[in-house]
Amino acid sequence: MGAVELRGFGWRHAGRKRWALRGVDLRVEVGERVLLLGSSGAGKSTLLAALAGLLPEDSGEQEGTVEIDGLDPRKARERVGVVFQDPETQLVMARCGDDVAFGLENRGVPAEEIWPRVDEALRRVSFPYDRDRATAALSGGEQQRLALAGTLALRPGLLLLDEPTANLDPAGADLVRRAVADALDADTTLILVEHRVAEALPLVDRVVVLEPGGGVRADGPPEAVFAAHGDALAAAGVWVPGRTVPPRHATAPPGEVLLTADRLGLPPRLAPTDLEVRAGEALAVLGPNGAGKSTLALLLGGLLRPGTGTVAATPALAGRDARTPPHRWRAPALAGRIGSVFQDPEHQFVTSTVRDELALGPRRTGQPEATVTATVDALLERLRLDRLAGANPYTLSGGEARRLSVATALATAPRLLICDEPTFGQDRRTWRELVDLLADLRDAGHGVVAVTHDADFVAALADRTLTLERR
Amino acid sequence: MISVEPVAAAGAPLARRNPVAKLAAALVFTLILVATLDPVAPGIAIAVELAVLPLFGVRYRVLARRAWPLLAGAGGILVTLVLFAADRSGRVLVEAGPVLVTEGVLLTALGLVLRMLAVALPGILVFATTDPTDLTDALIQNAKAPARFAIGALAAFRLVPLLEEEWRIISMARRARGVDAGRNPLAKLRLFGSTAFALLVGAIRRGTRLAVAMDARGFDAGTPRTVARRQRFTRADALLVAGAAAIAGAALTVSVVLGTFRPLIG
Repeated sequence: MGAVELRGFGWRHAGRKRWALRGVDLRVEVGERVLLLGSSGAGKSTLLAALAGLLPEDSGEQEGTVEIDGLDPRKARERVGVVFQDPETQLVMARCGDDVAFGLENRGVPAEEIWPRVDEALRRVSFPYDRDRATAALSGGEQQRLALAGTLALRPGLLLLDEPTANLDPAGADLVRRAVADALDADTTLILVEHRVAEALPLVDRVVVLEPGGGVRADGPPEAVFAAHGDALAAAGVWVPGRTVPPRHATAPPGEVLLTADRLGLPPRLAPTDLEVRAGEALAVLGPNGAGKSTLALLLGGLLRPGTGTVAATPALAGRDARTPPHRWRAPALAGRIGSVFQDPEHQFVTSTVRDELALGPRRTGQPEATVTATVDALLERLRLDRLAGANPYTLSGGEARRLSVATALATAPRLLICDEPTFGQDRRTWRELVDLLADLRDAGHGVVAVTHDADFVAALADRTLTLERR
Repeated sequence: MISVEPVAAAGAPLARRNPVAKLAAALVFTLILVATLDPVAPGIAIAVELAVLPLFGVRYRVLARRAWPLLAGAGGILVTLVLFAADRSGRVLVEAGPVLVTEGVLLTALGLVLRMLAVALPGILVFATTDPTDLTDALIQNAKAPARFAIGALAAFRLVPLLEEEWRIISMARRARGVDAGRNPLAKLRLFGSTAFALLVGAIRRGTRLAVAMDARGFDAGTPRTVARRQRFTRADALLVAGAAAIAGAALTVSVVLGTFRPLIG
């Protein structure tokens, strides 16, 4: 069970002009392991939703056909299991065992069979806790393994994984991939969407690349596909394995100190930490989940009051205001000196168009309107957002939203920029742009602090690293 | 924020009862009490409620911590009514300048406050001793509540604590963008509104994602659901409901016999 057949398949979401997906011909045999690639916006998630039978007929327009074992996917739902990206919105119940049982109850599995199947599924993903463990007490990687168990318990013939590790730290992502590798049996078909190709390759035996305009661009064993299309795929934003990015380290020694942290901490989230942030230097803050990296970013950004110790700005950063700590500054003054980029771009959006979003900071810091327009236009062009100037920030793709959130922080020309996981879930093209942008800023004498799990990003950009330990 | 986690020792004899039985008992108990305006019946009810507390495995100190907003509210209402009630009948107890406290005023105010406590306590007791999952299971299995609705509500309920964290993050993100209200009350209101809007947008998106994930696991399949956790409504559960009705009835009877009974209607 679990054979997939698409013939000239296309889908356009209701109310959209553009087809999310078009002209896709694809056949996947039972037991095949397929990695589905394509730059952002190529329709990978739409294809998975179609296969999972999660595109109701009235939610858009369909072209061609899609079949699972010869059936309409909407009628073959019990043959398909899906694991999505976000762990938080996949778990339904408060206790782990109940969560795995949830799908079995829905499918009407007899009560006496439910708990043995729950235990079996938990074993298959090497779940380390018992059934009564609270789902809220799990780490992201554990939550994703539980979501996988909840899907495997239903014994799907076709397993769809939509970037299941994109929100996880490297250790958690590794656990999930290992669980997938161990849990699959020979007659389960796998279709996996994943940005980080090198890590995903051990799980698959075939690569399919979707073309953003429509159709399938490349299809075959991974080595063959990457040998024939490697360059084009890399240029389109796919993380082709074995292609490194030239590093951009500082060419000049770091400049003056901008910010000093002395025994800075916030119990229980962050242990006391000493730190100096300098102009013309890119500092990477590393460490496992739960070590307090994001908390440190917020403290340095003047957004949280320190629990212990102090953050002090130097006159080079704040002039006469250097006598008061950053968390006491008024917001416009703060935005003009320290820019913060949050992990989730949507948390930062305030207005209803991309243009207004970029103009907000400069206006709040009292720039004349002519300067505001000039700043906004320059940033729109620099970050390839000019075509989207009138769009609502909430409708942007992941890469576009990330570029906009960095651009908004730059609009007030702060001397220090603090980013929390700026490269999370980004395709190769946006990733490279971010590295270049931050390197240019650093070379122009700005200070850059990045909290990150991304080892490639650290290797490409960081001049100095600080590693926090788990408490 | 109000905590919703159960605080009781799980093995206590009444805490173990079927959640629907506990809910029904609380409902019957309070409905009967609402019928009177006098202070005697609710007074007896409160005494009974406090006396059965150990049977629910709830310690007095824990209850006080959970119920303190209610106690503070009750105190406030008592003072307000005593000072400002229109009805000034009965013997004068205190007269100091504009403050005039009579027997009638005091009785009415006391009756109202005691009633409020007597009605609120059973509800607090039920939720302090009941796991939300068990309550949902029992509502579906014993009270024939629609499963789609009850489980949907339970799943949404799980996302509520995330909102508090989300609010903090959005507020900090706005400050980072150079947006704050300073001392201007109008700007404060606007900032509150726009933060709430961003929170709402995020909550809707999250809810949609959760709904899709639930449907992907067959929540909308239409096949009759089976239950993994069986909830039973036993004779002991029926006795709990009957007992609650009997005690509330007895409290009313005492109030009638003492002549303090004042029906709500009529």
